[in-house]
Amino acid sequence: MKHFSAIALPGAAKRQDEQPLPPMPLLKIAKYVVYDILRSRFVLAYLLFLVVVSMSFFNLESDPAKGMMSLLNIILIVLPLVSIVFATIHLYNAYEFTELLLAQPLRRSDIFLGQYLGLALSLCLAFGLGVGVPVLLYDGSLRGGVLVLCGVLLTLAFVSLAFLSTVLSRDKARGIGIALLLWFLCTILYDGVVLMAMFAFSDYPLEKAVMALTFLNPVDLTRIAMLLQLDAAALMGYTGALFQHFFGSALGMGLSMLAMLAWIVGPLALAVRIFRRKDI
Amino acid sequence: MLQIQNISKTFGKFKVLDQLDLHVGRGQAVAIIGPNGAGKTTLIKSILGMVVPDSGAIRFQGHPIGQDAGYRRHIGYMPQIGRYPDNMQVGQLFDMMRDLRQGAAETIDEELIQAYQLDAIFSKTMRTLSGGTRQKVSAALAFLFSPPVMILDEPTAGLDPLSAEILKEKIQREKQQNKLFLITSHIMSDLEELATEVLYLVDGKIVFFKTLEALKLETGEERLGKALARIMAGHRPSQLS
Repeated sequence: MKHFSAIALPGAAKRQDEQPLPPMPLLKIAKYVVYDILRSRFVLAYLLFLVVVSMSFFNLESDPAKGMMSLLNIILIVLPLVSIVFATIHLYNAYEFTELLLAQPLRRSDIFLGQYLGLALSLCLAFGLGVGVPVLLYDGSLRGGVLVLCGVLLTLAFVSLAFLSTVLSRDKARGIGIALLLWFLCTILYDGVVLMAMFAFSDYPLEKAVMALTFLNPVDLTRIAMLLQLDAAALMGYTGALFQHFFGSALGMGLSMLAMLAWIVGPLALAVRIFRRKDI
Repeated sequence: MLQIQNISKTFGKFKVLDQLDLHVGRGQAVAIIGPNGAGKTTLIKSILGMVVPDSGAIRFQGHPIGQDAGYRRHIGYMPQIGRYPDNMQVGQLFDMMRDLRQGAAETIDEELIQAYQLDAIFSKTMRTLSGGTRQKVSAALAFLFSPPVMILDEPTAGLDPLSAEILKEKIQREKQQNKLFLITSHIMSDLEELATEVLYLVDGKIVFFKTLEALKLETGEERLGKALARIMAGHRPSQLS
């Protein structure tokens, strides 16, 4: 082992000469955030809720694909709501923790991203266990894996939005208000507006436009990706066939994956930018 | 060691710091005083990088702060109101701070933990602590890594007389180590014991920055409180009468 310490990386050596920061502060902060969340038991309740819902849907339907379809509809409403509201409330409640960390030799971005990692990890873990295990038990096919992956990505996206809504407002009530508004916009209002637009312009070929609109909403992206897995696209007629053609292709899947990543990274990057200049 | 160059800060319409310029170094114990809302806490938070000034610069050992958080390793901070994660136990809090700051050969100073017998309440959660006990925890945390710069925001407020005395003795001892102290307080007798210089702020501006001796000499008063009252009467008569 002595050889290794002798040939330390030049970059690392330079950093040591200057003022060294503690190693991996981001992961350490994430660790303490996870501890804190586990102590509050809310995430445990969320996990239990998901287990109960998944189990009951799979037991009610003889066909696991149908069970998964019902489960998907619940997940698309509940998961964004829980992710964004829980993360927002937690961030406001952890204000003291943030304040304490800011007086330490830690970078602001590390503090912020460490908290993101801790929160996202706890929620993804609850989702992964709460939905993943029942899906594996009752279905056990690839689409189950896709459902879990989609849920994880959607959780990450809504935790990002939660971080954005917290840095936008100092006031807790207003911050939670922004979070709820974002949830309402993505899960309910957006679909309504798209449907109205489709109805109003039904004389025109709208498929491409609707497809483009799908990318602007992480919930819709998840829904489409899952519906294709469940072969429900066949029920949607010509539009469904077109969706199947596009989102089923490598290009379509790649693009929707990219769009989902943009929904995760975009709001978070913006939130970090604001947080770095913020007065505490 | 610490150079504050013309910093200004506005919250809304309110100018909290106004072209504030200050150089302080090791061996000094600066008492920061002024009426409520004079900008004392904002000044401290600016030094800690919690508040970002609108203009001006703050340099620590020649380097501008803000680019590297590492400078905070040299600062111990005791906040006015110590607020900590509610669910965390006292012992866990100390462990966490040591874990987060580990990485350099820092000498751990547990003198205050022992003096306040905090190890006896290590398994209590922060939520259950009284304001005074929290204050003791804050003090012990600030001194834990024996940094060369200590920033204490109203350190003795809320402490019982015995605990306040322990803290003041600790500060006296640490002052001998050629450290820089910045202390805000409204308790003049405390500052008189601890400070070597007095920084007087009003509306975010420095009214004066003088050594304690010079101040006493100028006003002809022996006690800091009276000396200040004499000067204050000259500066803001409208509010007093």
